[in-house]
Amino acid sequence: MVMRKLFVPMLVITAAMFAYSPIAIANAPYESTMRLVQKIFYYHFPAWMALTVSVTVCTVASAVYLFKGNARADRIAAAAAEITVIFGLFGLVSGSLWGRKAWGVWWQWDARLTMAFLLELIFFGYILVRNYGGPGAEKLAAAMGIFGGATAPFVYKSVDWWRTVHPKTSVMTTLGETSPQMWYVVWFCTFTILLFMGLLLAARIRLEEQRATLDRLYLEAED
Amino acid sequence: MLRRISLALVTFMLVGVTAFAQPPQGGSPDGFVPLSSLPPGEEMPAAPFVVGAYAFFLLLMLFYLWTIWNRLSKVERDLKEFERRHGGATR
Repeated sequence: MVMRKLFVPMLVITAAMFAYSPIAIANAPYESTMRLVQKIFYYHFPAWMALTVSVTVCTVASAVYLFKGNARADRIAAAAAEITVIFGLFGLVSGSLWGRKAWGVWWQWDARLTMAFLLELIFFGYILVRNYGGPGAEKLAAAMGIFGGATAPFVYKSVDWWRTVHPKTSVMTTLGETSPQMWYVVWFCTFTILLFMGLLLAARIRLEEQRATLDRLYLEAED
Repeated sequence: MLRRISLALVTFMLVGVTAFAQPPQGGSPDGFVPLSSLPPGEEMPAAPFVVGAYAFFLLLMLFYLWTIWNRLSKVERDLKEFERRHGGATR
């Protein structure tokens, strides 16, 4: 109910922030070695942040559904899994475009990229299981959601644990000191995309709720 | 003995020629040129990649929003249809 009241004001704020983001990105300073292509970072990093949040939501909701049997948690998990796939797809494609220019290759089977790809496949599998798994598929999907959530920390730390072509996590921690203007733009875009992700999640949960209402009504009508 | 001497000579010639061989001057034989020494006109342009990434984001999100709106409209239409047929409250 609160979300429904907040939806339109949040939508307006998010739209305004999205409209301003190209100006902020254009005004951000160039990175010294990669120059223009580094500007992909301003949506690439926020997309992975949005994915991290949606994976966390899916994992927690899946665990609540699996161990407590809460049907609403299952609907939240289904919504979050779909959003994970969408942001993961953008993260992989934008990373590939960036890599083609920065590394000279579209794809590299190193630890970070391969693990990110596997995470995307796990959540894509979640959606397939839910849609085509037949009766009881929700529980199997919930287990996949938990498994996907357990994979996420390995994706994040892979750049620190193994030798990869991808920059390390320390890039973000030092960015505030090395280039405060870039740091501000990154976090502005991150906040914008997180707000947008919240709106998508709310809309997607509403869809699951309406589907559940319709199913319940048909079942009641049959009895 | 003669055979050993001739074998030693051939070996010395082969190894010696290789050891004293100089890399060809004025460019790498495999065509490799360091990125920093490329002339500006031959560098891969960055703009198509940046524009491509942001255009993909826009299209992907518009498509996803459209699918949510489409699915939600269908379910709400079905709910209204159910309400019309059964004449009761649905929520």
